[in-house]
Amino acid sequence: MIRLEKRPQPSRIWTTITPLLAVLLTMLFGGIMFGLIGTPPLETIRTIFWDPLFHPQFAGFSRPQLLVKAGPLILIAIGLSIGFRAGIWNIGAEGQYIIGAICGAAAGLALYPMDSALILPLMILCGALGGWAWAMIPALLKVRFGTNEILVSLMLVYVAENILASVSSGLLRNPEGMGFPGSRNLSQWSSSQNLELVPNTGMHLGVVAAFIAVIAAYVLLTRHIEGFNIRLSGAAPRAARFAGVSPARTILFCLGLAGALAGAAGLFEVTGPAGQISIDFGSGYGFTAIIVAFLGRLHPVGILLAGLLMALTYIGGELAQLMLNVPAASIQLFQGMLLFFLLGVDVLTNYRVRIARREVA
Amino acid sequence: MSDILLRLSGLTKAYPGVIANDDISFDIREGEIHALLGENGAGKSTLVKMIYGLVKPDRGEMTLQGKAYAPASPGQAREAGVAMVFQHFSLFDALDVAENVALGMEHPPRRRDLARRIRDVSEAYGLPLDPHRIVGTLSAGERQRVEIIRCLLQKPKLLIMDEPTSVLTPQEVEILFQTLRKLKTEGTAILYISHKLEEIRALCDHATILRLGKMVDTCTPSETTARAMAEMMIGSSFAAPSARRTTPGDVLLRVDNLTMPAPGAFGTPLRGIGFELRAGEVLGLGGVAGNGQDEVLAALSGERLSDTGTIWVKGADLSRQGPVARRAAGLLTAPEERLGHAAAPDMSLTENAVLTAGRRQRLIAKGFIKWSRAERFARDVIDRFDVRTPGPDVAARALSGGNLQKFVIGREVAQAPDILVVNQPTWGVDAAAAAAIRQALLDLAAQGAAILVISQDLDELMEVAQRFGALNEGRLSAVKPVDDLSLEEIGLMMGGAHDMEVAHADP
Repeated sequence: MIRLEKRPQPSRIWTTITPLLAVLLTMLFGGIMFGLIGTPPLETIRTIFWDPLFHPQFAGFSRPQLLVKAGPLILIAIGLSIGFRAGIWNIGAEGQYIIGAICGAAAGLALYPMDSALILPLMILCGALGGWAWAMIPALLKVRFGTNEILVSLMLVYVAENILASVSSGLLRNPEGMGFPGSRNLSQWSSSQNLELVPNTGMHLGVVAAFIAVIAAYVLLTRHIEGFNIRLSGAAPRAARFAGVSPARTILFCLGLAGALAGAAGLFEVTGPAGQISIDFGSGYGFTAIIVAFLGRLHPVGILLAGLLMALTYIGGELAQLMLNVPAASIQLFQGMLLFFLLGVDVLTNYRVRIARREVA
Repeated sequence: MSDILLRLSGLTKAYPGVIANDDISFDIREGEIHALLGENGAGKSTLVKMIYGLVKPDRGEMTLQGKAYAPASPGQAREAGVAMVFQHFSLFDALDVAENVALGMEHPPRRRDLARRIRDVSEAYGLPLDPHRIVGTLSAGERQRVEIIRCLLQKPKLLIMDEPTSVLTPQEVEILFQTLRKLKTEGTAILYISHKLEEIRALCDHATILRLGKMVDTCTPSETTARAMAEMMIGSSFAAPSARRTTPGDVLLRVDNLTMPAPGAFGTPLRGIGFELRAGEVLGLGGVAGNGQDEVLAALSGERLSDTGTIWVKGADLSRQGPVARRAAGLLTAPEERLGHAAAPDMSLTENAVLTAGRRQRLIAKGFIKWSRAERFARDVIDRFDVRTPGPDVAARALSGGNLQKFVIGREVAQAPDILVVNQPTWGVDAAAAAAIRQALLDLAAQGAAILVISQDLDELMEVAQRFGALNEGRLSAVKPVDDLSLEEIGLMMGGAHDMEVAHADP
C-alpha cells in the first residue's frame, strides 16, 4: 500500500523537479494519446516542442511568435501569482485584459488622428487603469460584503466580453470601416503603434513590460515587506493579522495589481499583434495565464519559463494541427494534461511516498 | 490490589530518526489508577496510542486479562474494553450532547434510549450533563464530561485519560477525581497521563515514569515528593524560577471598561474588563479555557480594535491602533496558538522573526527587508532561549511544540518590550523549558517591563504573578495580590465552575 507522509518542511529539490517531471509525464501520456488517435506520437511531440524553434522552414516565422504569445501570458500571470500567493483567487484576468484594451484603445482613438509621442504612454496608462478598475469591482465587493472573488471576477469576464462585442460594433467602430465591426487599426497609426523593437524577434513593448514585471515581482516577493506580507497572508492568514497586515489592504492591492497588469497586457496586444478592438479580441490569455502562474509555481522566474513553455505548446500545437492534421481538441487536452500532472506531482513537494505494509492509521 | 488487567511486555515503536518507545514493560492492575508520567516527547502518547489500537508496536506484546491483546484499530480496543479520553476533544460544536455521543459509538441506540442512558450514567458518576444541550455552548469541563460519558457507556475495563485536568477549574478537578475514584472502586482501571505532579500524588496508586522513550522508574506517588518525581522525569535537577518581588512602578497599560462582541458563533464577548498594569509587575489572568482569554489577547494585540478610550499605553489611547502601532509603542503580545497564529508554519524562523520584530528591531529599511539582520536576530533568539533547531532557515512547523514556543516567546522578550502580554506561555512545553520561559518573563519584569500572563495553569500563575484575576464568561474578577489567596478563593474567582454541585452522587 502506498502511503503519503508529510515532510517536516517542503522539499527544495522536489519544488524544482516537479515542473520538469510534469512536462515529461505530459509528453509520455500525450504521446500515448496521439498514438491512440492515429498520429505518429514522436513526430507530434517533436512538432510541438522542437519544430517551432528549430524547423528549417517554419522556425523563421514561429520563433518571434514565441515572445509575442509569451509576453501577455507572463505579464498577466505575474499579477495573478501575487494574488494567489496571498490566497486571493482572481480568475477574471481575461475580463480585466479586455476592459484594459478597450479603455486604452478608447483613450487613443479619442485623440485620433493627432500626432504625438505621448499618445501611446497615455494609452498604456489608461489600459492599466481600466484593468485596475475592473478588478476593483470584485475587490471592493469582497472587502465590503465578503463576496467570493472567484465567482465575481469570473462572471465579470462575461460582462467584459459583452461590452467588447458592443463597443466593437458601436462606440469604437471604425467610421471608415464600411460598417464592419471593429475599431481603427491601432498598429497602423503611428501614434499608437506598438511595434517590434528588434526586427524578427517578436519583442514589443509588452514583452519588455513582462520582463520588467518578472524582475519587479521577484524583488517585491523576496526583499520587500509588502511582498512578505502578501506571502504571509497566504501562508497563515491569522499570523498575518497578528503581524498587523490588513486583509482589506492586501485584497485591494493584489486584485488591483493583477487587474492593472492584465489591462496593460490587453493594451499592448490591441496596439500591436491584434491591431484593433474586434469582437474576437479576447483570446483566452487571461485564463491560460492561470495555468502559467501555477506551472511556474507562483515564482516570478518560474512564470517566465512557464510562459515561454506554454507559448511553445500553443505555437507547436497550431503547427501540429497544420502539418499533421492533429485535431484541435487533442491539443487542448494536451495542455490540460500539463496542468493536471503539475498539480498531481505537486504532492511530492510536501509529502514523501512510502510503500509499506498496511498499518492502522 | 487484585489481578493484573493489562500487561505490557517489551513494547517498542520506532519512527524515522527517533525511538518513541524502547522496551516498555509494566502492569496495570484491576481497579488501580496508574499514572504515566513524562515530559513532552517522552513517549507517553505513542504508548497509549498502542494500547488504544491507533499505532501498531514494532516489537513486544500486550495481554489483557491473560489473553493476547493486539488491537488493530480503536474499534477493536473499545470492544476489548479499553476506552480513551483525549486531551483534545473530538466533538462537533453544532450538534447536541446525545448526537455527539452517538457519533462515537459503534452501534448507537435509538435517540430517546441514548438520552436516558446518558442521564443515568451522568447521575451515577456525579457528572451533571444535559443530553440536549448544544456542545458549542458547553464549557471545557462539560465537554470533557461528554467524552467521559461516551467512554463510560461502553463499560470499559480500562479508561485512558490524557491530561484531563488541563482545562478544568479546581472545583471541576475535584468532581472529576470523585468520578475516577468511584470508577476505581467498581474495578475499572485508569491509566492517567499528566505532568501535574500534585494531582498524581493525590489520585494515583502507582506511577510509571518515561524519559526519552525509555521506562526509567516507577514509584508510589503518595510516598514520593513532587520534586523527586519531577527529577525522575527530567533526569536531573533544575532550578525553579525565582520570583523577584519588585516594587511596581508607573502604570504602563490601562484597560478601561473593555467591552467587545463575541468574534464568532462560539467566541466569548468581553464585558467591561478593566485593570492596570505597572512597570515591573506580573499580573496573572486565570480562568477556564474559552472564557475570554483569546479575546483579551486579540484586543490587546490590536488584531481586533475596541472602542476609543479602552486601551491606554503609557497614557496614550491606542484603542483604534493596529498591531504595528502598538508594537512601536512598546506593547508586544504572544498568542496561545503557536502554529498559524504566533508563527507561520511554512515560513522559516528568520521570516517568522520579521513577522513581529520587523520594525522594532530595524530589520526593515525603507520597506526593504534586511535579511542578514533578520537572520542575526533569529539566531540571537535561538541562542538566548535554547531553541533546539538546526538553524534559522528551518520552517517553523519542523520544530517541536516546546521549541517553537521558546522561539515565539523569545522573539518578543528579545525585543525588550515595555509591556508584554502572553497567553498560555508554557502550554505543551516540557518542565525545563517551561521553567526557562517563566524565568525569562520574570527577568523581563525585573528590568522594569509590565507583564500580563494569561494562563489556565494555576500553578504557573502562582509562581510568576504578583497579582491575580480570573476571567469568567468575558468578565474579569477583582484583581488581588497572589500572596493572600487561597485555592478556594481562586476557584470562586474563576467562578465558572458550571454546575458546581456534585449532582445526585450516590450516598
